[in-house]
Amino acid sequence: MADNETVLNVENLGVKFDNNEVLKGLSFFVQKGDVLAIIGPNGAGKSVLFRALLNLIPYSGEVKWMKDLKISYIPQKLSIDNELPLSVEEFMQLKSKDRDKLIKAFRAVGINDEHHIEHHLLKERLGWLSGGQLQRVLIAWAIINEPDVLLFDEPTAGIDVGGEETIYHLLKKLGDSNNITILLISHDLNIVYKYANNVICVNKEMFCYGAPNEVLDPSALMKLYGGEAGFYKHEHSQHEHQ
Amino acid sequence: MISPLFLQLIIGILIGLGAGYLGAFMILKRMSLVGDVISHVALPGIAIALMFKVNPFFGAFGALFLAILGIWFLERKTEIPSETLVGIFFALSLALGILITPEQELLEALFGDIAKIAVADVLITAILTAVMFVIMAKIYRGLTLSVISKELAQSVGINVSKTSFLFLLLVAIIVALGLKVTGTFLMGALVIVPAAAAKNIANNLNRYVMMSGFFGAISGLGGILFATYFNLHPGPIVVLTSGVIFLITLLFKK
Repeated sequence: MADNETVLNVENLGVKFDNNEVLKGLSFFVQKGDVLAIIGPNGAGKSVLFRALLNLIPYSGEVKWMKDLKISYIPQKLSIDNELPLSVEEFMQLKSKDRDKLIKAFRAVGINDEHHIEHHLLKERLGWLSGGQLQRVLIAWAIINEPDVLLFDEPTAGIDVGGEETIYHLLKKLGDSNNITILLISHDLNIVYKYANNVICVNKEMFCYGAPNEVLDPSALMKLYGGEAGFYKHEHSQHEHQ
Repeated sequence: MISPLFLQLIIGILIGLGAGYLGAFMILKRMSLVGDVISHVALPGIAIALMFKVNPFFGAFGALFLAILGIWFLERKTEIPSETLVGIFFALSLALGILITPEQELLEALFGDIAKIAVADVLITAILTAVMFVIMAKIYRGLTLSVISKELAQSVGINVSKTSFLFLLLVAIIVALGLKVTGTFLMGALVIVPAAAAKNIANNLNRYVMMSGFFGAISGLGGILFATYFNLHPGPIVVLTSGVIFLITLLFKK
């Protein structure tokens, strides 16, 4: 169970908004280097869970992080539209002004061409980037200060399917090479099977917890998603049989 | 003896600069409406100050302070600025203000009057504008991050609520100071129009806020000069100057 490699230990976590229970009785832990996926239907409280873990909202129960951790967080809802006069360079500088770190962070997310970075990417408006580019820049932003833990809420919202794979691949690679522990909220079970070594199913309460292959059985998914569940699972099994 | 026109120009430039600079963030915070009508709140404050024979600046600032408290509170409670509520409340306070302001003072309160500006006014405006820039330099990062996402800002340790309050407080101060120049009717326009013009042509944040302040200052300077030359009321001309700048930038919109 929880030991000195435990990055995060959560005991009986609950969140209430105006007497409305949004999360209830969540207990789990995360080991160093883990990729933990959080799945659940819309409005299940996944983003709320992240906010509680980050101590941004009041909660009951216990959230215990390892000491002196650097935690980075990319929320789901960002108000970045093409009207926002903010360049990629200015956005990055809100986190760090260190040029070497910046180049290193861009390299880590697969943007290698320094000429392109200096003369094009950094000058570009943040809101003019494509979905995939924006995600890469956001991840670069998140890792620029070399965090130990990365919390990523729906990393692939607004990205086409081809790009989606790459972003997860990238996150996984980051986790492996830089020893970053990753917590991510996702809606795509295929991705969860492929990249996460642990998963928790949340819909107000915790419906499953463990390795995806062990805990994501049809009955658990049925309970979690109700009617729409079979879909995902079916797709997945087809995928595996091929 | 310093020429009155010189004093007027200095105060016009300072107010335009401050209002334009703050307005840039008002627009980013999606508070254009609030920025535009916030100055209306000052009128009943001025009226009450006149009744009690207090310096109207304090009445105006008091009323504006209450208004920003209300906006700040709404902003904390809801994600979306409560535009309708703000619109109604601010229009009502203008109506109330017009009703209770003594008639001989009404025109000055509504449209400003810089003819009587003294050296002390200029000094106070200069000091407070400088203080505004110092505080803005401190909260710039937090303010920008919280525009993108409050949670993102919080996750890097920024007190979003405090940042927002400080910002709104600065807006109240600059608007209260600017009432002498443009009056309660039009001061809000000087907050929003230069920023809207800058947003048309700036492609990064630094240029956007700089241009916004610059356009504000040019509006103050150009408006007062023009009004003096043609013997017109400066307040509306200052705002119209910013409007002309807006129209010009529209041609170069990115």
